[in-house]
Amino acid sequence: MSTALVYALCGASLVGVGLYGFITRAHLLRRILAFNIIGSGIFLLLGGAGSRQGAVSPDPVPQAVIITGIVVALSLTALAVALLVRLVEDTGRATLPGEDASRDA
Amino acid sequence: MTASGLAALPLLELTVVLPLAGLLLALPLGHHGARATLALAPIILLVTALLCIEIMWSGAPIERVAGGWDVPLGIALRADGISGAFLLTTALVACAVAVFQAQGGQDGGATRRSTFWPLFLATWGALNAVFVSGDLFNLYVALELLTLAAVAMVAYGSTEAAMRYLLFALSGSLVFLLGVALIYAGSGTFDIGLLGSAGAGDTAMTVAAAFMTAGLLAKAALFPFHAWLPPAHGNAPTPASALLSALVVKAPFFILVRIWFDIGPETSGVLMQLLGYLGVAAILYGSLLAMRQERLKLVIAYSTVAQLGYLFLVFPLAGAAQDLPWTAGTWSGAIFHALSHALAKAALFLAAGIVIEAVGHDRLQGLAGLARDLPMTVFAFGIAAVSIMGLPPSGAFIGKYLMLTGALAGGHVFLAIVMIGGGLLAAAYLFRPLRLMLLAGETQPAKAIARRRQVVPLLLALAAVGLGIAASLPYALLQIGRSLTATEGIE
Repeated sequence: MSTALVYALCGASLVGVGLYGFITRAHLLRRILAFNIIGSGIFLLLGGAGSRQGAVSPDPVPQAVIITGIVVALSLTALAVALLVRLVEDTGRATLPGEDASRDA
Repeated sequence: MTASGLAALPLLELTVVLPLAGLLLALPLGHHGARATLALAPIILLVTALLCIEIMWSGAPIERVAGGWDVPLGIALRADGISGAFLLTTALVACAVAVFQAQGGQDGGATRRSTFWPLFLATWGALNAVFVSGDLFNLYVALELLTLAAVAMVAYGSTEAAMRYLLFALSGSLVFLLGVALIYAGSGTFDIGLLGSAGAGDTAMTVAAAFMTAGLLAKAALFPFHAWLPPAHGNAPTPASALLSALVVKAPFFILVRIWFDIGPETSGVLMQLLGYLGVAAILYGSLLAMRQERLKLVIAYSTVAQLGYLFLVFPLAGAAQDLPWTAGTWSGAIFHALSHALAKAALFLAAGIVIEAVGHDRLQGLAGLARDLPMTVFAFGIAAVSIMGLPPSGAFIGKYLMLTGALAGGHVFLAIVMIGGGLLAAAYLFRPLRLMLLAGETQPAKAIARRRQVVPLLLALAAVGLGIAASLPYALLQIGRSLTATEGIE
């Protein structure tokens, strides 16, 4: 199994796990975490794309892109958590209306 | 100044650098950020106008690479005609919103907070970055900056609406990023120019483009991903609503146009048809819901859902077969529609903001007879409504006319009927508030609104109409950098 394939399979599994959480969970903090897991999976895919080229040293562009992507994901997560804190302060609930956190086993 | 003189100025870079520098400046200034923004806004407008002149003058797209690193390692900034048109429209709307907001009354509430101006400049900078990015990953970063600022502005109005918007936007950006990663894995570059010149590409490219498209649809609020839009745009403070509805939702559409018309992955046409039928559903559903709303701002917000549908008709009409004689005209028509909608929608939201300030609410039933006390605002609302309906001589009329010509020439009779029907529906939902405001009624504004403030939406509405009257100049601008030649155009 080549390195790129390991990266790709790990990335795809993370995207799958994250997607499951994003869709099935109602608690917003879980959804924000799921977003981060999907993001990590996609970054792994990108990293794998860099090693695919078969050169001696890996392609630097995906690495630069991944670092930028992590910064973007971090800022969005910070905003999401800040919004969630405000939502809990305002309504006392950590879910959107019409959804129920109790089904998150 | 000559063309070479203009070319010596870093105009392209400045369109992004100036708003972002202003954002850094406005952040510590707090409440004084208004003054800094008002000083900066005309400068950005001037830079944008000069850039458009440079594009027109040279007749070719302007390209720069940041930091002297050449593509594919470096990042290319590229402005063609469509970039110039969107940049200029954005600058006009942003300046109007800034002037409107800076003259605001004492009760401005949420938007008097010191955080508004940094967010305003972040939105402007991110929009400009989207319009001049020549690189898919750069587009992603710009789109995320835009989301960040837009969600924060929605949160002034309703935390819940902001959270819903953010969840849609997050899933959209992940799917978009996945598509970008696939493109890189397949072709080893993010550069739109390189991807486009590489030819139609293979199946992997089409799959990647489909991923990116799905992600962008969530951000563009195309039916059935529209659920977040009306509460977000309808509850945000006035200047935020105007920016969000007029400009922010156009950025994902702009990227879609870049993907399907500039990179041009191989497509069977089924995907293009699907986008078109989603657009049809958006027109019908958005219009019907707009008719049922009881609040003025929600009518306008649902109207955005409907009008965005028109833009997506460009894909079945001109996307699948790009070499037909009417393709360039149809494509330009959709862009005209987007630009005209931006100006008119900003005018509608600012007019609605004046109504809310004057009477304290925007419930339709309580607006009867408002035209007596706010004639200029109601007039502005009417002019903007004419533009949304697509009646001549507005810019939207030119857009619809060009798209209709393409639809009939290409045998898309059903789409043509929907386009005409959508105009009638728009008339129905916009005449309802207009009729109420023009009726004899008892509504007394609690507060007088200065005329110099009321004139802002009127100017925007007139600009939307002016786009139709002086259509040949923007039409010529749009053709620059297009591979298609406009054989059947505006004549």
